[in-house]
Amino acid sequence: MDFGPYLILASLEGAVAASVLALTAVGLSLVFGVMRVVNVAHGEFFMLGAVLAWFVASSIGGHPALGFVAALLVAPVLVGGLAAAVDMTVLKRVAYDPERTIVATIGILYIIQQVTLMTYGPDARPVTPPFNTRLAIPWFEFADGRVQMYWPWGLSTTSYKLFVIAAAAIMLLAVWLMMTRSKIGLVMRATQLDSEMAQAFGIPVERVYAMVFGIGCGLAALGAVLIVPIQQAHYLMGTDPLLLSFIVVIIGGLGSLPGTVIAALLIGMSDGIISVFYTPTLAKILSTLLVAFVLVFRPQGLFGTRERE
Amino acid sequence: MLELRDIDVGYGQAQVLRQFSLNVEPGEIHCLMGRNGAGKTTTMKAIMGILPLSAGSILVGGVESNAVPAHKIPGLGIGYVPQGRRLFSELTVAQNLDIGLMAKGSNAGRSSKVLKGVLEVFPRLRERMEQRAQTLSGGEQQMLATARALCIEPDYLLLDEPTEGLQPSMIESIKQVAVKMRDRGVGVLLVEQHIKSVLSMADRVTFIENGRSRETVKPDDLRQDGTLLQKYVGL
Repeated sequence: MDFGPYLILASLEGAVAASVLALTAVGLSLVFGVMRVVNVAHGEFFMLGAVLAWFVASSIGGHPALGFVAALLVAPVLVGGLAAAVDMTVLKRVAYDPERTIVATIGILYIIQQVTLMTYGPDARPVTPPFNTRLAIPWFEFADGRVQMYWPWGLSTTSYKLFVIAAAAIMLLAVWLMMTRSKIGLVMRATQLDSEMAQAFGIPVERVYAMVFGIGCGLAALGAVLIVPIQQAHYLMGTDPLLLSFIVVIIGGLGSLPGTVIAALLIGMSDGIISVFYTPTLAKILSTLLVAFVLVFRPQGLFGTRERE
Repeated sequence: MLELRDIDVGYGQAQVLRQFSLNVEPGEIHCLMGRNGAGKTTTMKAIMGILPLSAGSILVGGVESNAVPAHKIPGLGIGYVPQGRRLFSELTVAQNLDIGLMAKGSNAGRSSKVLKGVLEVFPRLRERMEQRAQTLSGGEQQMLATARALCIEPDYLLLDEPTEGLQPSMIESIKQVAVKMRDRGVGVLLVEQHIKSVLSMADRVTFIENGRSRETVKPDDLRQDGTLLQKYVGL
């Protein structure tokens, strides 16, 4: 295959990865932005979303679409509910102290991971995609003095992968509308800006925190449900999304949702393209190097604002 | 009446208020004066539930406010204008006022009579509704902080250094609001260092020293006895 079609293929793979990464990282960014909590267990909530998706989809018979739709509705809600419960029983008890919440979420990480291993087992299990039509992608070449269209062998994607990109875009738009246009978004932003004053104006800050933690982890679970028909559910699958989400959130600017989405596109696309042309390891090395440069030259991230002293 | 009964308040191990007592009647401006670090802002924060009491109680219209969750205290009818304004800086003027209206539990939002009344008091804010709070001038920010508190339709208004860093015309305008609120029957607890303002509008003045309330006097007493200010404020 020529370079051009190969690049298109790599970009499509990157776009799928970027879409899921954007959803996951926006969840992490939301939690950090509003609560100032670094949720080290974020990847495990992602994994839990995938595992629950497998449980739900495999317990529902009939057309695979039924199981998938049920998983899409149930898994993020269950994970969000569990995360809210974790917030109220663990994070609230350590008073959302930045250092102690890191230790607490490391503990939560291991609990979720080991409970999943004990109940779900060590196997990687797939969820059947609701539809998976192969779509050939045309390419163009200049021959005989004119542009000709042809269908290179191997240049194709699936309808499901396009659905993942569209679904993630719709969800990100929904999150943006919630944050900027709704009353609940206003309450979250006020809490993010000054939690003490928010409380002094009647906002139940602890309830807002529980809700934000639930939504943040629910978004990670949603990303996992979308990707599990492509990647399979496994109890150790939370590590990469966690690492990449941290990379994205640091590059985008801690707590900046637009910055997180743009950084997710940057990292996801470059990860996809470099992985196809070279190796996934090189992609991770370059992403980590980029983080190092950002931390040195622009510690607040590309779109973050420097905190006032 | 807003009543503080023998309250102890601190930051961790550091106790700031010790058996501190104070009461604010409806329709009066009660000024709290003292040196830096005496506990004036701590008193305000304790009333708002931002700092917990380790002893004593606070009653708002007979209801023990320290027994209710902190976010429900504004619902008891207390509006708070903190020192340094502490606006939600990245939100617009309208959104800051929305937060105040939500604290009141008003569902009418921006079409409510409450907001119309508040904007009549601060007409300049009407022109700035879609502007971010952080882009306002110092005086406008103080107006917004006060307007946000008035959206609660408070029975008691806590003003912590409202004239700090403002130009004279703005100081006058903030004073007028405090007096207008008093005339409407609102009890105003005012922390103020600007002695002329205190003498011109306060009904009573309580001096706080090392976290304890020392003396409560009338402004006339201050005019007659200059040693009080020297003793408690160092003026």
